[in-house]
Amino acid sequence: MNIKVLGSGCANCKTLESRTLEAAGRLGIDAPVEKVTDFGDIASYGVMSTPALVIDEQVILSGRVPTVDELETMLSAAN
Amino acid sequence: MTSQTVTLRRPTWRLWTGAAGAVVAWIFAYRINGPLWNWFVTDILGLDLESRTGSAAEFFLYDTVKILLLLGGIIFVVTVLRSFMSVERTRALLGGRREGVGNVAAAGLGVITPFCSCSAVPGFIGFVAAGVPLGITMSFLIASPMVNEIAIVLLYGLFGWRIAALYVGAGLLVAIIAGWVIGRLHLERWVESFVFETTLRGQPVDLAGTLSWNDRFTIGREEVRTIIRKIWPYLLVGIGIGAAVHGWVPEDFFVRYAGPENPLSVPIAVGLGVPLYSNAAGILPLVEALNAKGLATGTVLAFMMSVVALSLPEMVLLRRVLKPRLLAVFVGVVAFGILCVGLLFNVIL
Repeated sequence: MNIKVLGSGCANCKTLESRTLEAAGRLGIDAPVEKVTDFGDIASYGVMSTPALVIDEQVILSGRVPTVDELETMLSAAN
Repeated sequence: MTSQTVTLRRPTWRLWTGAAGAVVAWIFAYRINGPLWNWFVTDILGLDLESRTGSAAEFFLYDTVKILLLLGGIIFVVTVLRSFMSVERTRALLGGRREGVGNVAAAGLGVITPFCSCSAVPGFIGFVAAGVPLGITMSFLIASPMVNEIAIVLLYGLFGWRIAALYVGAGLLVAIIAGWVIGRLHLERWVESFVFETTLRGQPVDLAGTLSWNDRFTIGREEVRTIIRKIWPYLLVGIGIGAAVHGWVPEDFFVRYAGPENPLSVPIAVGLGVPLYSNAAGILPLVEALNAKGLATGTVLAFMMSVVALSLPEMVLLRRVLKPRLLAVFVGVVAFGILCVGLLFNVIL
């Protein structure tokens, strides 16, 4: 599984990254969370509000930070 | 009724009962706020409400609770309503609009679209690369932070609904006109060229339609928690200093220095507002106290607009997509608009 967090390093992006790692840990998914900070790259995913979560090149979520429980559901659905 | 529909309906039923309970509790707390602190200050602390310490203590306690209640309630309602909108939908609505009408639509949509100014850059690229004209994109980017619920709540709570409504109207006007002017100047050559070269692959994500009421309420609660957690220290300090000003600074102190007939007070207020981003919650209670001592109301409105619409961090972000000249034009046009608003209201109010 390929997990990416899109965002330019704002507080919300860091929260999303750490919550994603926590949710992945709970599910026993051993995948690194890659950070995409370049604005051109972020825009090329069609994302207009950060932070965004991309799993296997599919944009799952953008513009808000979900709870760890929600992330767990999203990750297990994508797995 | 089958067992399946029962299990489906029960959480919804609970959700709305919870919401109704929260509304009743909120109204009760808001109503009791004034009498409660009145009683607390006079009967428990034994202070005279006419005395300096008594009035300052009452002002601090009453205003803190009132603003926290207003912030909590309004941020929640606004966030839930906004969860039906999305930046993607806004972009689709703005695509192919002509200038003028487009600027008005963009400013209005800037208010109701959920959009954080930390997303100004991807938002800008997403709009411009999809063909939304530069000036219309600018109207959106100016209105979105300027006419925001925190500023409106603070203005309503501290100055009343008339000033809050004036602020909203003036803010929309500045966004519409500034965006229109930037569009008329045809400054596309001063946008960083990679913006136009960005190809938007994949489907644009629009998750607004897929959420349940439960999701929307959760998003609303999270937003209230995040914002209150971020601003409460500033709010307490601001109201504390405001309370001290109310109690100890002589009446009409500012009339001499920053009253309506001093036109210099507006540009100074606009300049001071630029580095003070995100501390609006702390600054406005203080400004309200200064207003009560004679600081002109137009100056106050201009200051508030400058704090939220011309923030240093946002300019640093926008520099990634705007060449320095366009950034300067952007700041100049918006600052000039705010200046006009401040001077105009100082004359007519």
